Amino acid sequence: MIKHLRSAADLDAATATLILDTAAEMAALSGREVKKLPALRGRTVVNLFYEDSTRTRISFEAAAKRLSADVINFSAKGSSVSKGESLKDTALTLQAMGADAVVIRHSASGAPHRLANWVEGSVVNAGDGTHEHPTQALLDAYTMRSRLGRLDGLKVAIVGDVLHSRVARSNVLLLTTLGAQVTVVGPPTLIPLEVGAALSDKTQVSYDLDAVLPESDVVMMLRVQTERMQDSYFPSAREYSRRYGLDVPRLKRLPEHAIVMHPGPMNRGMEIAPEVADSPRSTIVEQVANGVSVRMAVLYLLLGGK
Amino acid sequence: MAYLLKGVSVLGAAPTDLLIKDGVISDKTDKDAVVIDAAGLVALPGLVDVHTHLREPGREDAETVETGSRAAALGGYTAVCAMANTSPVADTAGVVEQVWRLGREAGLVDVQPIGAVTVGLAGKQLAELGAMADSAATVRIFSDDGFCVADPKLMRRALEYVKAFDGVIAQHAEEPRLTEGAQMHEGEVSTRLGLTGWPAVAEEAIIARDVLLAEHVGSRLHVCHVSTAGSVEVLRQAKARGVRVTAEVTPHHLLLTDELAAGYDPVFKVNPPLRTSSDVMALRQALRDGVIDVVATDHAPHAVQDKECEWSYARPGMLGLETALPIVLSVFGEQWDLIADRMSIAPARIAGLDGHGGDLTKAGTPANLTLVDPSASWVVDPSGLASRSRNTPYAGMTLPGRIVATFLRGEATVLDGKAVK
Ligand SMILES: [Zn+2]
Repeated sequence: MIKHLRSAADLDAATATLILDTAAEMAALSGREVKKLPALRGRTVVNLFYEDSTRTRISFEAAAKRLSADVINFSAKGSSVSKGESLKDTALTLQAMGADAVVIRHSASGAPHRLANWVEGSVVNAGDGTHEHPTQALLDAYTMRSRLGRLDGLKVAIVGDVLHSRVARSNVLLLTTLGAQVTVVGPPTLIPLEVGAALSDKTQVSYDLDAVLPESDVVMMLRVQTERMQDSYFPSAREYSRRYGLDVPRLKRLPEHAIVMHPGPMNRGMEIAPEVADSPRSTIVEQVANGVSVRMAVLYLLLGGK
Repeated sequence: MAYLLKGVSVLGAAPTDLLIKDGVISDKTDKDAVVIDAAGLVALPGLVDVHTHLREPGREDAETVETGSRAAALGGYTAVCAMANTSPVADTAGVVEQVWRLGREAGLVDVQPIGAVTVGLAGKQLAELGAMADSAATVRIFSDDGFCVADPKLMRRALEYVKAFDGVIAQHAEEPRLTEGAQMHEGEVSTRLGLTGWPAVAEEAIIARDVLLAEHVGSRLHVCHVSTAGSVEVLRQAKARGVRVTAEVTPHHLLLTDELAAGYDPVFKVNPPLRTSSDVMALRQALRDGVIDVVATDHAPHAVQDKECEWSYARPGMLGLETALPIVLSVFGEQWDLIADRMSIAPARIAGLDGHGGDLTKAGTPANLTLVDPSASWVVDPSGLASRSRNTPYAGMTLPGRIVATFLRGEATVLDGKAVK
């Protein structure tokens, strides 16, 4: 088993599949009355959050607690290079506390890589800057597999602000590793340079959502921040949602079995219409529930739980 | 003190004896001269760096004029040009004279201050360029390095104004609007790492504009740390048209690529950023062709805490003085004429440092020279460097070429590979 989960690129197909299979077992166990497993009793998991993300923190916290680990929440929000403790000093503190795993959320890309130099325990990336969010990709893959029965050969469209999206990067890496065919869709300003060469040469790029939809088994809508408008990535929210938003007419262009995903939080009416978000094809609520099972699997496997 | 270098090879030529006496290369004899067995050693004119950050005044925890001078002498340098982005900024006669005086007191290399182009490097208002030129520091190179003189009108005026005292503007070519938040070269690797890209065009667009401005007003332009293949093409065309432009490349841009960012270790963060291997190849060719005139270190010391942190929070810059010649040797091999020209003769000419980059075979040439053992190799150990900082990207690398001795106006600054003070 790997020691750290810093990037979805840390996972080969076998390891990723093992995590998904383990998550399925965790989900089955969680469904029973006894929600706590003794697997990580006596182990310490630290949630080190430099950014507010209540939903991700709660998800990791629930996962660790269901495995009977001791959980320490370390909110370092507001810490910056000029004020407060450096990441290295924080890492040394956590090391002294005997952290077996550190789950880190940070606004700087690569912070988990830096942290892994300074702690002996496992490092789990819970979202770093505009880099990656590998457990989100795992829960997305888990959700696709449970809804559609497979990942190999699945056609997945990832739509929106791919440039700034850590969810998109991790999903492209993981899904192509697992045999899915990924197309990233958005205005050219929001598609990163050389995305194929950078992530997976199987990745396709399209600027035309309507052309991609009829071919897709999964459409994953990314959150688009309206502030990107000020930086001229697109002219207006209205034009963005007209060209790249998933509304009801577009939903009808999808094959009947296709599902709609969103990592949240959503901008209803911007990248996704409320009717679409609430439609039976939407897996948005399911994704949240699956998050706990997948994170249980990750912590269990990284820490060699018994 | 007189020195007799026995069996030295001047620029790779057949071994000969070289007498250093009264501060110059001498054709006389001196029975009392200290004899140095220089068999197997190559004599080069003392290296000249047109781009050094000495950090004093202001960041003496990262480097001082003295520690930087020592690092320079140990790297084979006899003159360094100190960049103006200190605190306070070297934008007045007072500050440049202070740096110049500190250099004289250290006495290990000639420290030639560079003056800021604009007040506080703010890019708004010309600094008193004439006062700095007329000061004891006799400033001839002006640069806002760290920042680009982005305003085209201000750049035009600066280019024109310094003609009165044969000055040159050294431009840090970076269109600031295209590099907002930039962390590394924009390309495949930045996409993978999720770091904001610094596109090559942000450098190339400024160089293209500036060569046209220099041509229009008939002034001298120097381009700092050229890093892209596209910039090389812009310079090649400008030089072919006769524009008075010179350019520098750093050792790290001749060797390292953006792939090194993969582990997010900020020791590889530098501005302009490390580029791709095709850029590296184009820069090497440009230096051979003379499209790029000189190797300059952009020696940029940083305190430990400014590098031992998240990539995005780290300051850009790398040490360079003690590794520049070995890196150039490892890239180009023992092409001594090329090395002497690009690391001593041409930079001395650009900076107007008359006593440096002289012909060592001529009696009367000021004895500014360095002795290299090309057959010795060494492993870079950050804690063994003379710089006060440790941010070398070459830690653990084995490099060819050891500096055995350096002489500044006939006085040894380095002997047996050690600084004399
Ligand atoms: Zn610069």
